[in-house]
Amino acid sequence: MKPPVIELRGVCASFRGQAVHRDLSLRVDEGQIVGLLGGSGSGKTTLLREILGLLRPESGSVHLFGVNLNDPDVRLQRDLRRRLGMLFQHGALFSALSVFDNIAFPLRELRCLDADWIRRLVHLKLAMVGLEAAHGKLMPAELSGGMVKRVALARALALEPELLLLDEPTAGLDPDRSQNFVELVGDLQRELGLTVVMVTHDLHTLAGLATHVAVLADQRIIAFGPKDEVMTVDHSFVTGFFGADRRKLL
Amino acid sequence: MSELPSLHAEPGRVVLSGCWTLAEMLPNMPALQAQLAACSATTKHWDLSAVTRLDSAAAVLLWRTWGSSWPASLAISDLHRQSLARVAELPVDIPEQTRPRRGFPEMVGALLLKAMANLRGMIVLFGQLLLDTAYLCRHPRDIPWKEFTANVYKAGAQALAVTALVGFLIGVTISYLSALQLKSFGADLFIVNILGISIIRELGPVLVAVLVAGRSGSAMTAQIGVMRVTEEIDALSTMGISRSIRVVLPKIFGLTVAMPLLVLWTSAVALFGGMLAALVQLDLSLIYFLENLPRAVPMANLVIGLCKGVMFGFVIAIVACHFGLHVKPNTESLSANTTSAVVTAITTVILVDAIFAIFTRQIGVPQL
Ligand SMILES: Nc1ncnc2c1ncn2[C@@H]1O[C@H](COP(=O)(O)OP(=O)(O)O)[C@@H](O)[C@H]1O
Ligand SMILES: [Mg+2]
Repeated sequence: MKPPVIELRGVCASFRGQAVHRDLSLRVDEGQIVGLLGGSGSGKTTLLREILGLLRPESGSVHLFGVNLNDPDVRLQRDLRRRLGMLFQHGALFSALSVFDNIAFPLRELRCLDADWIRRLVHLKLAMVGLEAAHGKLMPAELSGGMVKRVALARALALEPELLLLDEPTAGLDPDRSQNFVELVGDLQRELGLTVVMVTHDLHTLAGLATHVAVLADQRIIAFGPKDEVMTVDHSFVTGFFGADRRKLL
Repeated sequence: MSELPSLHAEPGRVVLSGCWTLAEMLPNMPALQAQLAACSATTKHWDLSAVTRLDSAAAVLLWRTWGSSWPASLAISDLHRQSLARVAELPVDIPEQTRPRRGFPEMVGALLLKAMANLRGMIVLFGQLLLDTAYLCRHPRDIPWKEFTANVYKAGAQALAVTALVGFLIGVTISYLSALQLKSFGADLFIVNILGISIIRELGPVLVAVLVAGRSGSAMTAQIGVMRVTEEIDALSTMGISRSIRVVLPKIFGLTVAMPLLVLWTSAVALFGGMLAALVQLDLSLIYFLENLPRAVPMANLVIGLCKGVMFGFVIAIVACHFGLHVKPNTESLSANTTSAVVTAITTVILVDAIFAIFTRQIGVPQL
């Protein structure tokens, strides 16, 4: 029996005495594509930061691939991080590096791949997210909002992560691009058996991609399960969110 | 899945199996690459049907091994054929990312051009400052008093402690060293002249300028620079608020006002330090020192020192603001410009000081 990819147990977090998460638990198994829903400011980004280990919860535990994030073994932690890819809400591209170097950076850090291999891989990733080779020379400041998202996705995919965390991946993309995104992540999931957790408010992305839905409200995960099950949950946020569109998703 | 990627070569056939992903390949990368290279030349038939996972790093590796073309016969699942097809679709002649290398003369030329551009930028900023001042004279209601006083407080009041400490120590050191020399000539009493003239006229202003350039100059560049990186400056302009009146002008005037005050303060503390050292070393009483100071140091020196303070403050602020306004929206440019601002400010201050020395060489030095 394989351990779950993500397991949060009884996690509490607060900023300046204001609780953001209270006794939050979540378990994501391999191969699931989880759509994380929640109102603005409900702590979705904070939850992803806890999963990444960027924010240490005040109590409770976070396990990734069965490894506790508080494990003191540095090498273990580093290897664990290499199995994750994160797309930050605002891209978080390295502003001093070109698009090409942004994507090549994590690959170069492995110190195992030669220049030609890295170059081909970077261009492959660029093509995957629908960017041209010529875009590689641009600096992050010269990109549009949607392009930043796509470069950030390419960088998140660079290390072939087993767990992909996406914070509002399709916000700022046109419908065509979000459709491409849905297809790309779907393909990758089938080929590599990825596990994906994505924060999204886009019903279309949710309908096309997610296998499971987690709803974050009242500082906890109030519902988690296959999406048609979650839609029937009786909670003001769920009924408000799916409301009229309930049929479209089914 | 932790089945290691493995490769099994039979005569005329290669069978790949296991999990061909970057993470699984990493531990024995050289061995795998060597095995693949050994097979690539001789083998025509590749059997990848036992491969459980094939990510794009592995796909690129295989595609390279095959010399960028499909092998004569390939057994592979449709899913994995898709990852290989993605690699196959890439244009063959991917442009190399190279930066043109510069020769020495070109580098000197580029440096000169950059210096010229900076000089020009500062002149433009100065012109803008004059225009803004003229505008504010006609519309006194728009004078940004709050920002101005905040800058005087930040650059002046908050720097009192550090300038005092440094000034005091320098005063003690100079007094001590001079006293040793003067004692051997029996010219003890000249300590007042040496300390008075050197600190009030020269050391005080330059010392404060160096400290303030490092302290407030860098802060100004960084602040304006970050405002540019995060587009806050653009947001200000959108609200119809002039960035030069609201952001740049109060900084420049604030420092121009605060500097002479800091110079006065630091010179006083440095003299005090010198007096104490003289008392200990030469047994020169404080009363004597204070009584003789006005006689040994003509008033003109104090005026020159304060004028230098005004000039230095202005120069530091205008250099800092210029470099801040020309930060490109990335971290590298931010750090480069902050460094340039401090270095340029200190260099310019020393240059201005030298010019001052030439033009005031007749003034304020008692002719014996
Ligand atoms: N670094 C921080 N310092 C203080 N409060 C924070 C910080 N980050 C987030 N918060 C607060 O935590 C709450 C959740 O934020 P976040 O996780 O970013 O929400 P969202 O669900 O929209 O992504 C918000 O109320 C926010 O104000
Ligand atoms: Mg968020």
